[in-house]
Amino acid sequence: MERTTLDLWVGLFVVAGIAALIFLAMKVGNVGNFDAAKTYAVTAKFGDIGGLKVRAPVKSSGVVVGRVGEIGFDTQAYQAVVVLNIGTAYKFPVDTSASIMTSGLLGEQYIALAAGAEEKLLGPNDVLKITQGAVVLENLIGQFLYNKTDEPTTPAE
Amino acid sequence: MPDRLLHGIRRVGHRTIESVWRLGVAARFFVLTLLHSGICLRRPHLVIREIFSTGVLSLIIIVVSGLFVGMVLGLQGYETLQTYGSEEALGILVALSLVRELGPVVAALLFASRAGSAITAEIGLMKATEQIAAMEMMAVDPIARVVAPRFWGGIVSMPLLAALFSAMGVFGGYLVGVVMIGVDDGAFWSQMQSAVDFREDILNGVIKSMVFGVAVTVVALFEGYDAPPTAEGVSRATTRTVVTSSLAILALDFVLTAFMFRGV
Repeated sequence: MERTTLDLWVGLFVVAGIAALIFLAMKVGNVGNFDAAKTYAVTAKFGDIGGLKVRAPVKSSGVVVGRVGEIGFDTQAYQAVVVLNIGTAYKFPVDTSASIMTSGLLGEQYIALAAGAEEKLLGPNDVLKITQGAVVLENLIGQFLYNKTDEPTTPAE
Repeated sequence: MPDRLLHGIRRVGHRTIESVWRLGVAARFFVLTLLHSGICLRRPHLVIREIFSTGVLSLIIIVVSGLFVGMVLGLQGYETLQTYGSEEALGILVALSLVRELGPVVAALLFASRAGSAITAEIGLMKATEQIAAMEMMAVDPIARVVAPRFWGGIVSMPLLAALFSAMGVFGGYLVGVVMIGVDDGAFWSQMQSAVDFREDILNGVIKSMVFGVAVTVVALFEGYDAPPTAEGVSRATTRTVVTSSLAILALDFVLTAFMFRGV
């Protein structure tokens, strides 16, 4: 089969297109950061998850160690059930506590893990017992105002 | 008066039936094209030639528009984000809007007007000059020889063009945001990387552009094949290709977006 310059151009075009895809995958996206195969799932129940979304980061000491996999609702306990997919490289003790935090004042919400002191490590499908739900800004402001009105007004001297 | 009314109603009915009819013929044409695609494997140089005329020749317009769209996104995004003091999120804004929406959609719109119209005009003219009839006389199936290679050429070209568009756009956003305005280089890339997911965003963008590629090439091929074999007929068919495929792209984009990015 004879080769033509046209083939060369098409080859260049395909190479450029694939290079663009690889650029998008590597430089723009985060390909293969947390593969489903390389994580273990841990469940945590929260009274209030606020604006937590699926795929939100799970951080410990500020380092991303996993992602939120699933958010559901437990009809028995009337609580939100959040499945955390944590990278297998990160082991945590069983008494690790999870709390929902906000990055920045109004930024996205994430789950912060604080390691406990137990020797035993968390395994797949374990449940985190110590949790703290999201702080809802409205409640906080409401509480603050409530406390303010409760304060005895100091009489001017 | 009732006569004119009746005439009007009749015309509406005629048009409706006509368009449904055409839709049916187009669907059959699409299936026929798929059935006759075997030739593309046996004679790949036919497809390669079509990739050249649809893909390679669209490169310049795609690359240049991608660069400019990215640069405009960088400028506009910076203006808005700056008011909230989060200029570093510029990378996220540019990358997500390009990879998810603008890349596939604008590249497909450009592809429809650059390559789709060319396909329609070419096939329409082949028909007008009776080349298609001549092929049939020689027992060469025009769908296999003319239509199928163009179809596959378009499908291969479109995702590559969309990826190039997005990549150039991100580069354009980088040029304006980081090089020109001075957003922090590290934050620009790292925030982008933490927000853009490969499967969720990039692969969905590729799927979108493939669907658009199918839509544009099928519309272009069918309009060309169905064009009345006159100068006016070909010119009308070319116009219809651009209009129909652009509308199809936007409508399909809505449907695909509703499926892909609902509430995540």
